[in-house]
Amino acid sequence: MGLTAATATQAAARPGPPLWLLAELTYRCPLHCVFCYNPLDFAKQTDELGTDDWLRVLREARALGAVQLGLSGGEPLLRDDLEAIVAEAHRLGYYSNLITSGVGLTDARAAALKAAGLDHVQLSFQDSTREVNDFLSHTKTFELKQRVARSIKAQGWPMVMNVVIHRLNIDHVDRIIGMAAELGAEYLELANTQYYSWAYVNRDQLMPTREQLQQAEAITDRWRARLGSSMRLLFVAPDYHEGKAKRCVNGWGQTMMVVAPDGTALPCHTARMLPGLAFPNLRAHSVRDVWLHSEGFNRYRGTSWMKEPCASCDQREVDLGGCRCQAYLIANDPTVADPVCHKSPHHAEVIAAVERAQAGVREQPIVFRDRAASLRATSENAAPTIAR
Amino acid sequence: MSDAPPAIDGTIRPRVGAGFRLQYEPVQESYVLLYPEGMVQLNQSAGEIMKRCDGERSLQDIVRDLETTFNAPGLTDDVHAFVEIAHRQRWLQWD
Repeated sequence: MGLTAATATQAAARPGPPLWLLAELTYRCPLHCVFCYNPLDFAKQTDELGTDDWLRVLREARALGAVQLGLSGGEPLLRDDLEAIVAEAHRLGYYSNLITSGVGLTDARAAALKAAGLDHVQLSFQDSTREVNDFLSHTKTFELKQRVARSIKAQGWPMVMNVVIHRLNIDHVDRIIGMAAELGAEYLELANTQYYSWAYVNRDQLMPTREQLQQAEAITDRWRARLGSSMRLLFVAPDYHEGKAKRCVNGWGQTMMVVAPDGTALPCHTARMLPGLAFPNLRAHSVRDVWLHSEGFNRYRGTSWMKEPCASCDQREVDLGGCRCQAYLIANDPTVADPVCHKSPHHAEVIAAVERAQAGVREQPIVFRDRAASLRATSENAAPTIAR
Repeated sequence: MSDAPPAIDGTIRPRVGAGFRLQYEPVQESYVLLYPEGMVQLNQSAGEIMKRCDGERSLQDIVRDLETTFNAPGLTDDVHAFVEIAHRQRWLQWD
C-alpha cells in the first residue's frame, strides 16, 4: 500500500509535502519479535516526547500537508495519551492508522479510540499457529490477537493484517491467508522480511529458500483468484532474491517523515544508524524547518548524490538508488548503490546470504528483541557488524 | 461486493465507497481519497464528480449540476465513464 499520487521525480530543491507522518510513540513493547526494525540500542533510548510535543508535531506536519498518520512503536497502546493524540489527529483532518500488536487493545480501549476518531487499525500477526506466533514474538499472544481482530471488526474499522514472512512461517502462508479471510480482514500484507536492525542480526535464521518463496507466491496467487475483491492480498517482494533495488519509503525525504519516540525526525525507520548525518529533534526545531532545510533530509534527496553505477543507470529515477541503510549495512558505505541491485559491486555479499539460506547455514542462534539483548548488542560493537 | 460490471444509468445514487474518505487538501490543491495507509489524488474533474456523490442525488442530477456549474453541455458520457472506473476501484458504490 502506498501513496499512489506521489510524484516520481520531485526535484531535490523543492520537496513536496511530507504526506505520510509516522509517529513512533514509544520503543516499549510487550513483544520481542526477532525481525523488529526498531534500533538495536532501543533499550538505551528511554526518552519519549510528551503529549504536548506530539500534538504540536501533528499540527505542524498537517499544516505542511501531512495527511496519513501512522501511530506506531514499539507498542503505541502503551502510551496512555493515545486517545488524546488520536482526537487531535481527527480534529486536524488526518487519516489515522494504529499499527499495533493488539496487546492492550481491550474492548473498552477500542471503544475510546473509536470515539476519538481513529480511522483504521493494522494488526500484526506472527503466524497462523499458536506455537510459531508465540515463539516468534516470545510471548503468549495468539488467542489474544484473535480476540482483538474480532473487536476491531466490531468497531467497524477496516482491518489490515500484517504478517512478516520469513523462513520460519513462510510454509504456513496458506493457513495465514485462510485465517485472515476468516477473521474478516480487508487487506492482508504478507511482508517478506527486510533485513535491518533485529532482522539483520537474525538474517541467516530468517531468510527463506527460493523454493519456499516461489511456493508462497503461487499459493498467494491462488487465493487472490479465489477471494476476488473481498480481501486484498499484498505480497511484498523480497529484494535480496530479486536482484533489484526498491525505492526506499517512496524516496528519501519524498513523502515520509518518521518521528522517533524521543522526537528525532528521520526519513525512514532506520536512518538513524547512518554515520555522519545529523537528524534534528522536533523538540528544538519545527517540522517545516526539518523537512525543508535539514542536512539529514536533504542528503539523499533526488539523484544528485549518486555515484556509479547509479549515476548513469536508466533505473535511477525509478529506484532512487535503493536503500541507504542497506548500503551501509552490507557495503559499510551509505553513498553506494543498494547491494541488492545486481549492478552493485557489493552484490556478491547478497548472493552469498541467499546461498547460505539455500544451504540452510545458520551459525548464529536466534536473538529476541528484548532489553538484555539490546544492551548486550550495543555494548559489544557498532550495531551493523553484529551479525557479520 | 460483486466484481460484475454495474448497470450505470441516470437513476443510480452513487456515494463514496465504504472504507474511503473524500476530502479536500489545500496543500495539494485537490480532492483526495484516503484509505488505510494510502491516498489517491484526484484530478479536478474527478474531484468535482466525487464530491457530488452523496448517496442522495441521482447521477442524472449530478451530470446536470456539473453541466450548469461549468457551462459545459453534453457531459453524460464522460461522467458515466468515470463513474464506471470509480466503481471498479471501489471509490464509488450504490444500492
